[in-house]
Amino acid sequence: MDQSALLAVLLTIVTASTPLLLAALGELVTERAGVLNLGVEGMMVMGAVAGFAVALTTGSPYLGILAAAAAGALLSVPFGFLTLNLVANQVATGLALTLLGLGLSGLIGERFVGQPGVRLSKLHIPGLSDIPFVGPLLFGQDILVYLSIVLAVLVSWVVFRTRLGLILRAVGDNHASAHALGYSVVRVRWMAVLFGGALAGLGGGYLSLAYTPQWIENMTAGRGWIALALVVFSSWLPSRLVIGAYLFGAVTILGFFVQGLGVGVPAQLLSSLPYIVTIAALVVISTRRGRARADTPACLGQPFVPDR
Amino acid sequence: MKKWSALTRRDAMASAFAGSVAVALSASLAGPAAAADKLKAAWVYVGPVGDFGYSYQHDQGRLAVEKALGDKVQTTFVENVPEGPDAERAIERLARDGNKLIFTTSFGFMDPTLKVAKKFPDVKFEHATGYKRADNVATYSARFYEGRYVIGQIAGKMTKSGTVGYIVSFPIPEVVSGINAFMLGAQSVNPNVKVKIIWVNSWYDPGKEADAAKVLIGQGADILTQHTDSTAALQVAQEKGILGFGQSSDMDKFAPKAQITAIVDDWSHYYIGRVKAALDGSWKAIDTWDGMKEDAVVLPPIKNVPDDVKAMAEKTAAAIKAGTLKPFGGKITKQDGSTVENLDDGAILSMNWYVKGIDDKLPQ
Repeated sequence: MDQSALLAVLLTIVTASTPLLLAALGELVTERAGVLNLGVEGMMVMGAVAGFAVALTTGSPYLGILAAAAAGALLSVPFGFLTLNLVANQVATGLALTLLGLGLSGLIGERFVGQPGVRLSKLHIPGLSDIPFVGPLLFGQDILVYLSIVLAVLVSWVVFRTRLGLILRAVGDNHASAHALGYSVVRVRWMAVLFGGALAGLGGGYLSLAYTPQWIENMTAGRGWIALALVVFSSWLPSRLVIGAYLFGAVTILGFFVQGLGVGVPAQLLSSLPYIVTIAALVVISTRRGRARADTPACLGQPFVPDR
Repeated sequence: MKKWSALTRRDAMASAFAGSVAVALSASLAGPAAAADKLKAAWVYVGPVGDFGYSYQHDQGRLAVEKALGDKVQTTFVENVPEGPDAERAIERLARDGNKLIFTTSFGFMDPTLKVAKKFPDVKFEHATGYKRADNVATYSARFYEGRYVIGQIAGKMTKSGTVGYIVSFPIPEVVSGINAFMLGAQSVNPNVKVKIIWVNSWYDPGKEADAAKVLIGQGADILTQHTDSTAALQVAQEKGILGFGQSSDMDKFAPKAQITAIVDDWSHYYIGRVKAALDGSWKAIDTWDGMKEDAVVLPPIKNVPDDVKAMAEKTAAAIKAGTLKPFGGKITKQDGSTVENLDDGAILSMNWYVKGIDDKLPQ
């Protein structure tokens, strides 16, 4: 593999992994608060259409990013209201949210189909970005790539090193106790759900603004579900989530790379490789039972009804 | 014209939501029924008409019918119809609604079309890209491979690295014959050309198509082509400053600096002809496989290449149109070294082998 081919592969891995990382990071926080939101795909696709539409109308991809996050958060509002205030079933509501998002985004995006979009430009730091090989890789990405990494560090710090994180985990691990201590379980969960929605929206916005700047119905193509799986894969640890997202992206791209070499490995096997690797990693993690269980939010998916 | 939405194959419920909204809207907006003596014709699409690819092109054909014969025909379409049992319901509803000529435009509508056709013997049906016919069911398709031969030749001439990238969806005969025709075209001007192939196992995943494009460019491809439906690969080509081709529709506005030409499906002549036949009573349940000669496969004006390459491609296109050049005519060496000669339509329609020179293993 010569240097330019290697660089192309590495750069592609970054773009393939970033939307997964963003969406999964949001879901991780939501689940840490004990809420299982299966609507990631729906919120992502809403983020994609909103980001595209706003960027195209205003001409600013940065406004598009904001719109994408806002749209994702907005779609999580009905989910939060149904599951937190009306104590509806989280799994059913989350699934409905995905379907709603896919349908609604198609409706909203109808007149944007087939229009060339606005591309989120890559940063260029004079000097640094021009360093061969390392420059474009480390100093020449778009802002969302850096944001995803910064957010991963930030989430990790907040969840494990701050009082806010302690409350978040308390609500997710034992909502009755958190309630007894005087914390508003519903309010904490609302914030976590909105955060999850915003980040899923960002992940979707990355698709329609940076990855492939265009809008097409259902352009998330199942990435929301992969993000959900990655959260479990990471056993709710942000650091492991970064590894998981990049591993998934890397295996997908390497599959293409090997095909391009024409070495005769069946394409179907290569396409299924990311999923096989994910399952294998899950098996390895799950066999370390005690540890995995310790990280799982104990109240995940359980509705909270205060006693009084 | 009425517009209906039905379920998508991807998410039945999602579109049920959007679909019911659309049905409710169009029901209230639909004006009084058109004059009863007009022929009612209907189209069934697998995707949204706004996909800027396959379904879009069929709908352009429908619009051409309206334009040409608007005083004699009333058209309807249903988009986002899933391949499978739901299609039968959608087709039957159109037949019950008084449509006398119904075009079902995707391969997976084959059996549903035949089932409904049995129940409505006085309605004429036309199924695209299939092979099962009945007294009131005709079939039609287009020789996309002819266009692929021409763009293969352009690619063979234009590549400096000697490597062309080819992004593909699924190993069905239509796609395989496209790869082979492309390779034969490229080899006709550049015997040592290499074609790198990546299967993304999807008709439509812009992200994956773009990823595959980037990987191919990284591996030295300086011309891209694709048999997937989005504009993603071509946009990557433009971004990286290399050349490529559009697929299904003219994608020039997405990548004006990268698109040399495109393989455009133009169904308008066929549809106008068939509607006319239904009007004057000469309609028969035949099989039609039109190509560049009948303008069913059209290449938009060639650009972004030197004049001599343009002239060469135009000459090749003219020869294919005139019938003097057949992409699968003459002696062809397969990947395994065996040879075949002058392939007939049946052999092209069932192609499951590569020509010599392609260093990919065909997924079986």
